[in-house]
Amino acid sequence: MSANFIALAYLVAAVFFILALKGLSSPLSARRGNLFGMLGMTIAVATTLTITENWALILGCIAIGGLIGSIVAQRVQMTAMPELVAFMHSLVGLAAVFIAIAAVNNPVSFGLPEVLPTGSKLELFLGTFIGAMTWSGSVIAFLKLSGRMSGAPIVFSGQHLLNLLLAIVMIGFGLWFFFTETTNWTAFSAMTAIAFLLGFLIIVPIGGADMPVVISMLNSYSGWAAAGIGFSLGNPMLIIAGSLVGSSGAILSYIMCKAMNRPFLSVILGGFGSDGGAQAAGDGTQKTYRSGSADDAAFLMGNADSVIIVPGYGLAVARAQHAVKELAEALLKAGVNVRFAIHPVAGRMPGHMNVLLAEAEIPYEQVLEMDEINSDFSNTDVVLVLGANDVVNPAANVPGSPIYGMPILDAYKARTVMVVKRSMAAGYAGLDNDLFYMDKTMMVFGDAKKVVENMVKAL
Amino acid sequence: MIGEIDPTIIHLTVFVLAVFVGYHVVWNVTPALHTPLMSVTNAISSIILVGAMLAAGTAESDWGVWLGAVAVVLASVNVFGGFLVTQRMLEMFKKKEKKGNA
Repeated sequence: MSANFIALAYLVAAVFFILALKGLSSPLSARRGNLFGMLGMTIAVATTLTITENWALILGCIAIGGLIGSIVAQRVQMTAMPELVAFMHSLVGLAAVFIAIAAVNNPVSFGLPEVLPTGSKLELFLGTFIGAMTWSGSVIAFLKLSGRMSGAPIVFSGQHLLNLLLAIVMIGFGLWFFFTETTNWTAFSAMTAIAFLLGFLIIVPIGGADMPVVISMLNSYSGWAAAGIGFSLGNPMLIIAGSLVGSSGAILSYIMCKAMNRPFLSVILGGFGSDGGAQAAGDGTQKTYRSGSADDAAFLMGNADSVIIVPGYGLAVARAQHAVKELAEALLKAGVNVRFAIHPVAGRMPGHMNVLLAEAEIPYEQVLEMDEINSDFSNTDVVLVLGANDVVNPAANVPGSPIYGMPILDAYKARTVMVVKRSMAAGYAGLDNDLFYMDKTMMVFGDAKKVVENMVKAL
Repeated sequence: MIGEIDPTIIHLTVFVLAVFVGYHVVWNVTPALHTPLMSVTNAISSIILVGAMLAAGTAESDWGVWLGAVAVVLASVNVFGGFLVTQRMLEMFKKKEKKGNA
């Protein structure tokens, strides 16, 4: 097939990818968008097949990968979505590294000159090191999110200095790779190994609740890795698709950072919540709080006119989404106006809560974003906080507090606040939450799912 | 004149324009769909599959081919997994919409 025809087919595929993202502007057009994405991918793969040999090998490998991917997609629990996304990022990263190694080994098969020009080497360097960092970073993110590794930040002195030194050494090997006429495997391997190590070291100090930023950032990296490989292979479709993903991840990271009012750099440097804890706990005065049973809470909600439910990571951990759906239905039946308020960083990834509530078939008109619902808290009878903490901490309005300036859900403005929590332990930021000690607040201790089920029974 | 331009510059042009397109399209994504956005972009970034196919599909058979073949498997897991899980999530948003209208 002519090179022009192939380039045009790739262009069509790229346009379909843009349409796939555009579809996500509304739940109504999103499914069609996803179909466009699949169509784009099919066109891209079919076109590429016409210029490759070893069809049996390629199709066999696609079948194996496709089977694994399909099974995983069918079986995964919605609560495990953050882990799945991290896992998939890691695959893109590793694939990018393998492709770059193959390209260095045999440039001709990619239509590159036999002796790689410096420009191509630079592009391969970029693709490899971003890919390697994506892989190791995502593996750590996956281990942390799936609970196979503690979510607590791992910090040690000289950490940032070590990372900086490694980065410099890596670039040094990169330069050696560029300026050696023949293929310099020593430099290339050393550079790749350091990139793997760096990805690991950069994610290790970042704590659990900063995961929405990390996962968005790795999403972005996986896109840039694809774009980098696109540059090396001179393939505009890879560049376009990679840039779309790269900018998408970057925007999500930005939105997440803004929702925590923390600079991106501070999130990435990590260690948050590890030093603030001591200072908050050493407050001295023993504050009193009121606690009640699920029955009491159900009684209060049943008699209210309006209830806003604020879900957080605790809901995902307890897998309480279906119980919450029953609670919302029972309240609606009792004539209570029930709505959900979602903070942008609630959960472990962007939109995490929305997906869980969608899984439980809670109508999306009842699920509101922070900006849409914040002004309504002051005339709401009852707010039910389910496994959320920092996102409703009024300390965000107190100058000098570590989370000062973070936009929060104004739950404290409601007439009555009920907080379902396992214990009085501080949230991720290591801060005490004054909301829990207010006169109008009632704590309900226990596992979110059990408590909510008891509430439903009581109603 | 076009013929004299280094292909890298042309690719850079494509890259910069694509970043702008991505920027504008993604800002319009509704926050409720941010998780499907991540999974679908994940599937899209596995377009890297094309590069893997080129590595695996060369006639000169050496270890590079096998490296490419492994990359094809990895990327395919993502293509299928990414699109299908997105589809599954979006189906859930559909169910709600029906109920809401009823």
